[in-house]
Amino acid sequence: MTDHLLEVRDLHVDIPLGHSTLHAVRGIDFHVDRGELVCLVGESGCGKSLTSLALMGLLPSRARRRAAALRFAGAELTTLPERRMADLRGNRMAMIFQEPMTSLNPAYTIGNQLTEALSRHRKVTAAQARDRAVHLLERVGITAAASRLGQYPHQLSGGLRQRVMIAMALMCGPELIIADEPTTALDVTIQAQILHLLRELQQEFGMAVVLITHDLGVVARVADRVAVMYAGEIVETGPVASLFAAPSHPYTRGLLACIPVPGRTRPGEMLGSIPGIVPSLTGRLEGCAFRNRCGEARDACAGPVPWRQGLAGQAVRCVGAA
Amino acid sequence: MDKAVLELRGVRKVYPISRGMFAKPASLVAVDGVDLTIRRGETLALVGESGSGKTTIARMLLGLLAPTAGQILVDGEVLDASRRRAMARRIQPIFQDPYSSLNPRKTVSQIVALPLVVHGIGTPEERRARVAEMLDVVGLARRHADAYPNQMSGGQRQRVAIARALVMRPDVVICDEPTSALDVSVQAQILNLLVTLRREFGLTYLFISHNLAVVEHLADRVAVMYLGRLVEQADRASLFAHPRHAYTRALLASVLTPEPGLGVPDPGLGGSFPNPISPPPGCSFHPRCTLAAERCRIEVPQPTGTPGGTVSCHFPLEQGSAP
Repeated sequence: MTDHLLEVRDLHVDIPLGHSTLHAVRGIDFHVDRGELVCLVGESGCGKSLTSLALMGLLPSRARRRAAALRFAGAELTTLPERRMADLRGNRMAMIFQEPMTSLNPAYTIGNQLTEALSRHRKVTAAQARDRAVHLLERVGITAAASRLGQYPHQLSGGLRQRVMIAMALMCGPELIIADEPTTALDVTIQAQILHLLRELQQEFGMAVVLITHDLGVVARVADRVAVMYAGEIVETGPVASLFAAPSHPYTRGLLACIPVPGRTRPGEMLGSIPGIVPSLTGRLEGCAFRNRCGEARDACAGPVPWRQGLAGQAVRCVGAA
Repeated sequence: MDKAVLELRGVRKVYPISRGMFAKPASLVAVDGVDLTIRRGETLALVGESGSGKTTIARMLLGLLAPTAGQILVDGEVLDASRRRAMARRIQPIFQDPYSSLNPRKTVSQIVALPLVVHGIGTPEERRARVAEMLDVVGLARRHADAYPNQMSGGQRQRVAIARALVMRPDVVICDEPTSALDVSVQAQILNLLVTLRREFGLTYLFISHNLAVVEHLADRVAVMYLGRLVEQADRASLFAHPRHAYTRALLASVLTPEPGLGVPDPGLGGSFPNPISPPPGCSFHPRCTLAAERCRIEVPQPTGTPGGTVSCHFPLEQGSAP
């Protein structure tokens, strides 16, 4: 028995399409310890968002989830009745979504939405819930917090809405926050402010955070550990410093070569790129999913791909990696 | 110095905002007195947050919007309604989202040929040849000519959009966030293509972006906008090494490069993003500026010369105060 806060083993998410099945998440394993910030990074369609929804039990109804284990704080989520799951959600595990405009309800005030989860999960009076809401709005850097409670989402800017979302996730003092691209829709200066805040709060409250992103810059700056996803699988994982210093999977290396970095890449010079496109995830997929785009592919890549352990907790799923 | 191919002189754009049936309409000043020159063959990047007026400038340069005041000059001639058609041949756009900027009911060859048809250029035979040539140039296979946009990936669609822009052999291409809807690996392919095409066709780019790392990679000069005003412009090297405006410095500090161990920078700006309908008086940046003084609340700063360009600030940062 491990004491990871969250442990995911062999998680699959399948989406039935008319004649076939889309294997969106194909057997991923990872864990998150208390107080740790883990990033899932990958490009669109790699299964990172579905993974987060699968953890929260919020998958669309036609998607099918199965896993060897999905343990959160000792509870096995795969067999947990929906009522017990509803007790955890918003309470001990909370979610921050990408688009604060669409994930806040436009018809209710900020105050209403902030206090809802607390009143649902805890025995508190309306005044206590309100006090906690004001306290957290102040903590996430919103001025005139008490007067914001009566406002509606459309009266706030994107950055403020995302701060409200974060305050809302914190209301019940969760042990785990899952943040799906929390800053993608925001301007760069606001993005830096929000990430700064998220990291600060995570350390202050000792929460665990799973942050889903496509941006390797975000990963490098906030994560403790990172898992790189490609075509529904995790292909490389490790502590952020060692993974960025010595990326082992050809896909990770390819991604890093694609990004212009002031001071490192020469202006106007060709950037690295990854040829080809992501394979279709319908039907059965054998071997390494990256092999048809990989410069180092060999015959063995069509067979089973083993995990190889590297130094300092790094692990890579590649036939070629030494 | 090379000749100016595009010039904005005191350009201002005001949108009326309806506030319901009985309230007096408000006005939103999207672009407020911008002077800007784009020289032949250069890549000028226009950066700033959403709502800073970047896209409004792009739309005015394309002739899709008329400025409320001020003038837009193309090769020294004023762009007005009567010349718009002729100018449209020389200035072509590439938009942000290749999923919504391509007509889903037309094939790729129809999409790329459309500008030629609109301007009545060539016979059908010649148009076909020119479309085929353009698809080659942007790296699309011939078989894509009869495909529909929904059969293509995001990167391929953006290549179609680029082919459509270049088929007119324009002088200037206005790229409005051309890679921000794309994945990182695809973004790199498109940036590489834009760099190659610039060299091959001697293009002038106005490159609108909020991604400073991409701007550093591509631009010769950079103009920074904040709430409809130009706050700083300079050549790339000066701007990145010695930002003179506090907002430019904050933007640069917010770039998250993939370097672990540096943590998340705090750009040091207040969170109070101003309401664009009633922008703050004086320097519109002052509520978020750590250096703001009494004068900044009253007086609008005018552009003054710097070694690399101009800055509009009462208290510009000294050289050497790097981010």
